[in-house]
Amino acid sequence: MSIVRVDKISKSFKTYKSEWHRVLGWIGIEIAPLTEKTILSDVSFEVEAGQAIGLIGQNGAGKSTLLKIISGTMQANTGTVELNGRVSALLELGMGFNPDMTGRANVWNTAGLMGFSKDQIDDVMADIEDFAEIGTYFDEPIRTYSSGMQVRLAFSVATAFRPDILIVDEALSVGDAYFQHKSFARIRQFQEQGTTLLLVSHDRASVASLCDRALLIHDGKVAKDGDPEEVLDYYNAIVAQREGSRLEQVKGADGRVRTISGTGEATIENIQLVDEKGEDVDSLLVGDKASIIIDLAVHEPIPELVVGYMIKDRLGRAVFGTNSFHTKQVITDLKPGETYRYQYDFDVKIGHGNYSIQVALHQADSHIAKNYEWRDLALTFSVANTKYALFEGTSWIPPKLTIERQMGKETK
Amino acid sequence: MKDLLVSLWAYRHFLLNSIWNDFRARFVRSRLGAAWIVFQPLSQVLIYAFILSNLLSAKVPGIENTYGYAIYLMSGLLAWNLFSEVLDRCIKVFVSNANAIKKVNFPRVTLPIIEVGAAITNNIILLAVMVVIFLILGHPPGWPMLLIFLMIPLIALFAMGIGLFLGVVNVFIRDVEQVTPIILQVLFWLTPIVYPSTIIPEKYMTWMRLNPVFQLVDFYHQVIVQSIVPSFTGVLIVGAIGAVASVVALLVFRRAGPDMVDVL
Repeated sequence: MSIVRVDKISKSFKTYKSEWHRVLGWIGIEIAPLTEKTILSDVSFEVEAGQAIGLIGQNGAGKSTLLKIISGTMQANTGTVELNGRVSALLELGMGFNPDMTGRANVWNTAGLMGFSKDQIDDVMADIEDFAEIGTYFDEPIRTYSSGMQVRLAFSVATAFRPDILIVDEALSVGDAYFQHKSFARIRQFQEQGTTLLLVSHDRASVASLCDRALLIHDGKVAKDGDPEEVLDYYNAIVAQREGSRLEQVKGADGRVRTISGTGEATIENIQLVDEKGEDVDSLLVGDKASIIIDLAVHEPIPELVVGYMIKDRLGRAVFGTNSFHTKQVITDLKPGETYRYQYDFDVKIGHGNYSIQVALHQADSHIAKNYEWRDLALTFSVANTKYALFEGTSWIPPKLTIERQMGKETK
Repeated sequence: MKDLLVSLWAYRHFLLNSIWNDFRARFVRSRLGAAWIVFQPLSQVLIYAFILSNLLSAKVPGIENTYGYAIYLMSGLLAWNLFSEVLDRCIKVFVSNANAIKKVNFPRVTLPIIEVGAAITNNIILLAVMVVIFLILGHPPGWPMLLIFLMIPLIALFAMGIGLFLGVVNVFIRDVEQVTPIILQVLFWLTPIVYPSTIIPEKYMTWMRLNPVFQLVDFYHQVIVQSIVPSFTGVLIVGAIGAVASVVALLVFRRAGPDMVDVL
């Protein structure tokens, strides 16, 4: 049984020539609105219990509106939302706190608004105070809080009772690193207990690590629905997409989807990962030397070319990336017909695991302004550790261990 | 309508707690706390009594007490304050709670109920203080004054019906909350609160009686100042108007609900 069923949701905001026209509309005298801005059109999807879904998309794509409609604070023009369980929503920072009341009084008020009884709130008040860790501020008015403290309190209230469906809109990006970890841990714990998660985030890492499915909302529609990495790559390509540029996703032999996008003034002809001897490899050992070789061809005159790459881990999180802008090797005035070979030599100082390489040809320091070609999952390789002491993590930072027996007082 | 009552019942603790908070909030940030509930209308009484009692004292009918005018003023203000406070709170309720409305999904109908509850609480405190003052002034309240406890819900219903409708409109047209004080000011002076109704020329009296607040204030005057059980016709009509207005307001509130969050 699906726990959330969103069926053909459409939402538009209407502006009227005069607000009186809107008022007349309530009593049956319909006057056409001046403008009607469509935010969501015909959005449908289903979520199974226990799934964690990341909603991604550009600002104004309709993500927050969609979450508001699912949480019930806003209503769709057409379509239905079916929820099979209790929802707790943390929408756009804060829970509608009253700035003049203390944190404690606001907890009362908000938990009351959420429909909890006095006894239930009494039971969790201490937990909320503990989890928020805002000290004596808990009994100070909210207006004296920093925005981080407000988010701490809001998150603590929203998650004081484990909901069946937890909706989190952006909020987590405001808190400090410590609280982010703490809230992620709580979300994971809820997930294990069967809570369904709907998360809006611009942070690739949180979507990649918390979610097992992602929806890309673009122009008020679900543009992509699938595995987080695949959807995130596609989203990245959409961000960089300009007129006349191509965007394709092809399924590779390994079943993973590769996203290629760009305007095509310069194209990648060949990408290789080679070892010290110059031989193609797809597996490396920790401590090896390796090179990424990128052959490219220029098709149109280009004022400036930057070639960059990014090594990503299994979850699509960045391990290391740089480009020829940062290494101060920008090439200018490229002519059609020219070809170039870029070779990045590096030491494999990364840990055991599977990695992918993303390559991009663009202008200036990032692909946002001008994107000639962008390839996600251009190459994949694995790293094994056979030569050095066992370690966890993706970064190889070999330490030197010194152990000294302390001749302390107690041994005298 | 049934699910409305069901949700109100489910939120009963929240309602009571919020009314209590509203009341307590006065203690928290101001030194004199709840005293302000009483000071504000009483200072009004003092000002009017000081300025106007010499002019009008002889003309307050139905009471022999030297402080007759002050008692007359207080009883009228008791009714007026409840009416205007409920109206004012209902008009502002959605705008001032915009934050909660946008962030948390809860039955919105609880909001005006909290406001009405808080206004009634304030009014009962004012009533208690006034009874003490009446005793001090040598005008012990008579049994008819108990009718005020029937009038409080009636006035609240009437003011809520109008206020809730205007409150919904106010979300879209914010001029409403600017215009209301002006209209209330005019209505206040069109109602015999500061002056006795006897000074109104007979030919205007028919028109004055069409003012629903006139009926309410007049009822208070009769039960408090004159200690008589008056005719119920006038106030029952006002109550009926209030009931109809409340139903209409709820329907409009239903209809406008989805749009409301969009513009808040």
